[in-house]
Amino acid sequence: MKTFIRPSVLIVIFVLCMLPFAFPNAYIVDVAIRICLAGIVAIGLNLLMGFAGQVSIGHAAFVALGAYASGVATIRYGWSPLFALAVGAVGVAVLAYLVAKPILRLRDHTLTMATLGLGIIVHMVLVNEVAWTGGPDGMAVGPMKIGDWVLKGEMSWYALVACLLVLAIVISLNLFSSPAGRALRALHGSEVAAAVMGVNVPSFKVRVFVLSAVFASIAGSLTAHYNSFITPSLAGFMPSVELATMVVVGGMASTFGVVLGACLVVGLPQVFGGFEGFEMVFFGLALMLTVIFMPKGIVPSFAQRFAKRKS
Amino acid sequence: MSELLQFVFSGLTTGSIYALSALGFAIIYNASRVINFAQGDFLMLGGMFTVACTQLGVPLYLAIPLGVLATVVAGALLERLAIAPAGNSNVVSLIIITIGASMFIEGVVQILFGKNQHAVPSFSGETAIPVGGAMLLPQSLWVIGVAAVIVVFVGCFFRFTMIGKAMLAMSANREAAQLVGINTRMMLLVSFCMAAFLGATAGIVAAPITMVVYDLGQMLGLKGFVAATLGGMGSGVGAIVGGLLVGLLEAFVAGYVSSAYKDAVPFVLIIIILLVRPGGIFGAKSVDRV
Repeated sequence: MKTFIRPSVLIVIFVLCMLPFAFPNAYIVDVAIRICLAGIVAIGLNLLMGFAGQVSIGHAAFVALGAYASGVATIRYGWSPLFALAVGAVGVAVLAYLVAKPILRLRDHTLTMATLGLGIIVHMVLVNEVAWTGGPDGMAVGPMKIGDWVLKGEMSWYALVACLLVLAIVISLNLFSSPAGRALRALHGSEVAAAVMGVNVPSFKVRVFVLSAVFASIAGSLTAHYNSFITPSLAGFMPSVELATMVVVGGMASTFGVVLGACLVVGLPQVFGGFEGFEMVFFGLALMLTVIFMPKGIVPSFAQRFAKRKS
Repeated sequence: MSELLQFVFSGLTTGSIYALSALGFAIIYNASRVINFAQGDFLMLGGMFTVACTQLGVPLYLAIPLGVLATVVAGALLERLAIAPAGNSNVVSLIIITIGASMFIEGVVQILFGKNQHAVPSFSGETAIPVGGAMLLPQSLWVIGVAAVIVVFVGCFFRFTMIGKAMLAMSANREAAQLVGINTRMMLLVSFCMAAFLGATAGIVAAPITMVVYDLGQMLGLKGFVAATLGGMGSGVGAIVGGLLVGLLEAFVAGYVSSAYKDAVPFVLIIIILLVRPGGIFGAKSVDRV
């Protein structure tokens, strides 16, 4: 359990606790909540992309499935939000398991293709199954309730998602240095070499895919309640690319890197919000420049430079 | 019967566009193992530059070559400014660069030309030609004809020219090609220019049917990717067969089953094909090198 008292985690907890004192207005709190939610999904995706090296550009599909599971179950069937969230996560896990087995046999561009196809298919189902999902116009979702207690106000939402973000970070850090994490990183380097050393490659790939889908589903459910409105665009190509951007720009395999990536990808468009249409240009440039000049991502690149100077 | 023929016509038309797009994917893939996610944007750029030229008063027969030329320049710039500087990065990084490039191109076009659709006039009128009970638009003939000519042209290029052969050698083994004196960096530039040329031509002949809008390339590019993967990434014949297959299937599903799910067809198809034959229909069986 010694990993729980990692200094880096304490610093994150301290920063997250102190942040509310620095929030000038509710708008910034809103951005912080969105960053936390995106950060949770990105940490999950990083397990798949950064640790295991399996590129997915359809991950937003799982976010959308979680969101719609919560939306449909609470609105159409009157389930309690927490139960809907849990059932949604289990459902997404089962789906991810079924999909992962065949898909993860693919490599490189074919895997990219398959995850992309998966995302587009989910998007299309959400658009076309109007009776359930409300079609392209989306559907309204009620507030988050735990028992009879209704979660409302920016600050309580912030407290919830900040706690979950810390939890996600701790899980990710622990996984990184655990035997399972080492197995994943080994198969990232070379599947054959990993298999030779006794790593059950297909099994690890499927498990990490399911885990990252569950992260996305839970964050998706929360997003649905927080936004109180969901549309199929949640599963679009752009959100998936944004998630991949967080992982790549922040730093593949670096947990704090992807959190920084989430801050940048969610936060910077708010800064540039005045320039209508410039966010695509900005995203594209950021993606290209980081990969060209810092192929490992921001955090690992700086860490490397720092380590060099020390020695 | 006439209904079937109608679907075949529309399937062959869109299929030809996908085939040209897929050929662009295959050429770049062969030269660098990169999936160029900006391929669809070449189609859009070709159409958009042509629209821009005609709006400036340039006649269509001049606007088209200008549009193609401008897109080829864009393709060359993409290779020089984004792919070449990344040097020996792994393939995944290069693919992510092309995704970034695609968003950048779409963003710039959206700022310059807005989000609305731009129309391009048909090359030779709108009067449909009745064929066996079905109606064939003259523009469809243009699309299919131009695609056929280009495919023959590309085939000859790879078979009979030195540059074409050099590119084939490079796709077989990059290091060996370098050792026998092939300038692989130059070939990479050529492959991006060719892909841009194919994309622009497809985009322009298709423009009167599809209209031009800044994000036109997203779906066309993705379907070109599906077509290329379906046929077997890197195989020229595969790209063309894959393109026509995706186009026809889409037309049949839209006609007989549900037009709402027509866009899902290629993606369902590709997942099934990849699971049965991971290399695609014409792809070589992949062998792992340790």
